[in-house]
Amino acid sequence: MKIGAPKEIYPGENRVAMTPDSALALQKLGHDCVIEAGAGAASGFEDSAYADAGVEVVKTAAALFKAADVIVKVREPNEAEIKRLNAGKTLISFFWPGQNEALLNAARDSGASVIAMDMVPRISRAQKMDALSSMANIAGYRAVIEAGNNFGRFFTGQVTAAGKVPPARVLIVGAGVAGLAAIGTATSLGAITMAFDVRPEVAEQIESMGAEFVYLDFEDAQDGAATGGYAAPSSPEFREKQLEKFRELAPDVDIVITTALIPGRPAPKLWTEDMVKMMKRGSVIVDLAAERGGNCDLTVADEKIVTDNGVTIVGYTDFPSRMGTQASTLYANNIRHMLADLTPGKDGVINHNMEDDVIRGATVAHAGEITFPPPPPKVKAIAAVKRDKLRELTPEEKRAAEVTAFKAQTRQQFTLLGVGGGLLLLAGLFAPASFMANFIVFVLACYVGFQVIWSVSHSLHTPLMAVTNAISSIIILGALLQIGSGSWLVMILAALSVFMAGINIFGGFMVTRRMLAMFQKS
Amino acid sequence: MEYGFTTAAYVVAAILFIQSLGGLSGQESAKRAVWYGIVGMALAVLATLYGPASGRWGLSLVLVALGGAIGWVVAQRVKMTEMPQLVAAMHSLVGLAAVFIGFNAQIEMARVAAMQAASDTAALEALVGFAAKVAEKASAEISVLKIEIFLGVFIGAVTFTGSVVAYGKLAGKLTTAATKLPGGHMLNAGAALLSAILLVLYFQGAGSWTLIAMTLLAFFIGYHLIMGIGGADMPVVVSMLNSYSGWAAAAIGFSLSNDLLIVVGALVGSSGAILSYIMCKAMNRSFISVILGGFGGPSGAQMAVEGEQIAIDADGVAAALNDADSIIIIPGYGMAVAQAQQSVSELTRKLRATGKTVRFAIHPVAGRLPGHMNVLLAEARVPYDIVMEMDEINDDFPDTDVAIVIGSNDIVNPAAQEDPNSPIAGMPVLECWKAKQVFVSKRGQGTGYSGIENPLFYKENTRMFYGDAKASIDSLLPMID
Repeated sequence: MKIGAPKEIYPGENRVAMTPDSALALQKLGHDCVIEAGAGAASGFEDSAYADAGVEVVKTAAALFKAADVIVKVREPNEAEIKRLNAGKTLISFFWPGQNEALLNAARDSGASVIAMDMVPRISRAQKMDALSSMANIAGYRAVIEAGNNFGRFFTGQVTAAGKVPPARVLIVGAGVAGLAAIGTATSLGAITMAFDVRPEVAEQIESMGAEFVYLDFEDAQDGAATGGYAAPSSPEFREKQLEKFRELAPDVDIVITTALIPGRPAPKLWTEDMVKMMKRGSVIVDLAAERGGNCDLTVADEKIVTDNGVTIVGYTDFPSRMGTQASTLYANNIRHMLADLTPGKDGVINHNMEDDVIRGATVAHAGEITFPPPPPKVKAIAAVKRDKLRELTPEEKRAAEVTAFKAQTRQQFTLLGVGGGLLLLAGLFAPASFMANFIVFVLACYVGFQVIWSVSHSLHTPLMAVTNAISSIIILGALLQIGSGSWLVMILAALSVFMAGINIFGGFMVTRRMLAMFQKS
Repeated sequence: MEYGFTTAAYVVAAILFIQSLGGLSGQESAKRAVWYGIVGMALAVLATLYGPASGRWGLSLVLVALGGAIGWVVAQRVKMTEMPQLVAAMHSLVGLAAVFIGFNAQIEMARVAAMQAASDTAALEALVGFAAKVAEKASAEISVLKIEIFLGVFIGAVTFTGSVVAYGKLAGKLTTAATKLPGGHMLNAGAALLSAILLVLYFQGAGSWTLIAMTLLAFFIGYHLIMGIGGADMPVVVSMLNSYSGWAAAAIGFSLSNDLLIVVGALVGSSGAILSYIMCKAMNRSFISVILGGFGGPSGAQMAVEGEQIAIDADGVAAALNDADSIIIIPGYGMAVAQAQQSVSELTRKLRATGKTVRFAIHPVAGRLPGHMNVLLAEARVPYDIVMEMDEINDDFPDTDVAIVIGSNDIVNPAAQEDPNSPIAGMPVLECWKAKQVFVSKRGQGTGYSGIENPLFYKENTRMFYGDAKASIDSLLPMID
């Protein structure tokens, strides 16, 4: 098969879906590679580098679409590009099928197979082709760099001969991949970093990156595992509480990086106008959600604005593209891994296996049909975390629980005593009195035994066995009572028993003493 | 001599025995408790010798002294690692004694019955001890006596062969694997049923042969029952036999109408029963399934273990230990086998001297006897206040830098929690994999006693420290500073 990467036509897009390195790897899978002239130029890959890697360079996009069987792209195709597809071709790119219905219909009509890189399911096996994560990683890093670019101070605190510099305080909202990357970058630059997320289970990840988790005390916390690791919309009460917390933080923070996105919805408004007003002059807000409307009220997509109180709000939507070389390298690798999964035989033959969770999930159009949305993956995204909720019981509930437990215990004891007593009485009706006298002693001794043994310390179980063994040789009494018998046989057997019990008594007690003497405190 | 004096002595002895068991609730009071037991036993024996129903007390004293000397020597010489087999061996003595005494009771009973039938009043008058008591019994009491004798002999016989087999398994003289004769539990059930029929025959006066036949059957049951139980279940078996020896004593007490025997038998019996229960709970298995032997078959395919076991050498372990602040050591039967407890103790001492927190985590069924590891560590002079139970320490693993697993396997198997199809699913385990790093000292690759694959060995934070436990630990010692 021939894999072709056209030049991106979206204005300002620097990335390219194939690098010379990824082309080499694709050729190992048995594919041929073709690229449009100048496609890699914006991200620093010359045509000659491609040619050296054995990639055929064609002059125009039209020629490329004609030559290639599989088109790999970064941005979703425009109408002109879609028209160039036909039934035999496969397109792999970002597609955003949820928002681009018309495009999806056009793709279906063309008959081509479309694999959307943004639809790769979040399972461990698919991580290597998770382009959203690799792009988000870059965006998070770049967001901090952009913020630093617009921020007039150091990130790290310093005490210099020229005076003391306070460290920058950075707040990161949303600890997804981008957020975590931003945390890592900000902390390594020396800023005091705080991070917030609606999913309490990411607290550990946040702390592991060196940031402080902004804890929000709210009962109805989200379980990210149920939604494939993504955040879900939160309740109005929760939102209120969250905004309250942000208002508290706003006057103190110098840099805010918002990364909060909910799949398939406009970005939630988390940084309101009044919060911006509360911030110090010179502060910076970087809104990574600008493309989806922004987390901040004042964000203007694709622009950097400065508010009246001197707060810079960066609303760029092309952070990955701003780091074209890095982004292209990672994206091309994601594409390469996707193609590796599509060519299981490594023989240059694409096997579009719709049974495969990853391929099925990412395919949005196939054989003239729309295959979006995909069925839920067979493998759960993240193992459901079992959490014992140690909820504080109210005093009433506690008392109620105690009462029920007490009643159950009472009932159990009454039943036991009733049945036991009944059986005892029944035995008493038939058994002779001498037996009953013994039996009562026996029952009482069992009872005492059960009471006493439960309190024995676990570490002393071996001595307990040794000592019970020693005292079980009390059976010697039986032998002593019989040894005086007139029958020789009885006497011999009894004598043997006395002898054996004697071994036991001394052996058992001796060994217990030896063991107990060894136990010592430090 | 007066009957009242003996009874009074028995009461005192019984209280002393109860005190002696109750005193085991703490390490310090236990040292006192054992003396209560000794005094109680001495009192009971002397009171019986002094009492009205005995004869030949000179012979008795000689025999006790002889047996006592043997017991004393054995107890002095036994190694702490051999404790399980010693306890098992001693149980077998109690079992056999119970069988003999039961037989004696039968013989006496027959003798008395013959005299009564011959109306030999002179002979009846001349009877002493147990026989005299039998002579006074009414016919209903004789019937009850028969059942008591039968039960006492049965339990005693099962205890005897069971303990002998347990001894053989623990001492390595018999195969530790669960082996059963063809027919399995049906054989046991059949033997038990036959014994019940014999009981009926015996009850109706079929004579001594029924008792002897039943004894042989019970011998077989004891042998076959314990042969069918695997080595890993030995803690349950030993405590179960402990319980049986107690019940045997109690049954004999019934037949001899001796209250002290009944009391002590019941104490020992319930003690063993509770221990068995605790052990079963620690393995998350029902008592029945242990008795029926072997692990139950897995309910589905076991989870495949992914990854590989990564080995590490002594340098690596020592470096990690030198860096660590908190360390938890998890000993198992492997430590006992390798006699590594002294080395472990020395390692602990060195690590503690550098200010590190070192603790031991003991699973209830570690080793072959309840509390086996505690005794071994105590012998090696590890202070008991750093030796923790599972429940005390399990929550501390996430804050622990290094966990060292020495010769244990199933008790640290994460499959118990993660794989519902695992044969040990649901068994409480020590969650050592939550520590930052885990070292497993193990002889070589391969599964543990139960033959279950252990995913712990494949975890990312686990390193395998192959080799004999004692040699491995000894090689670490010079590198700890």
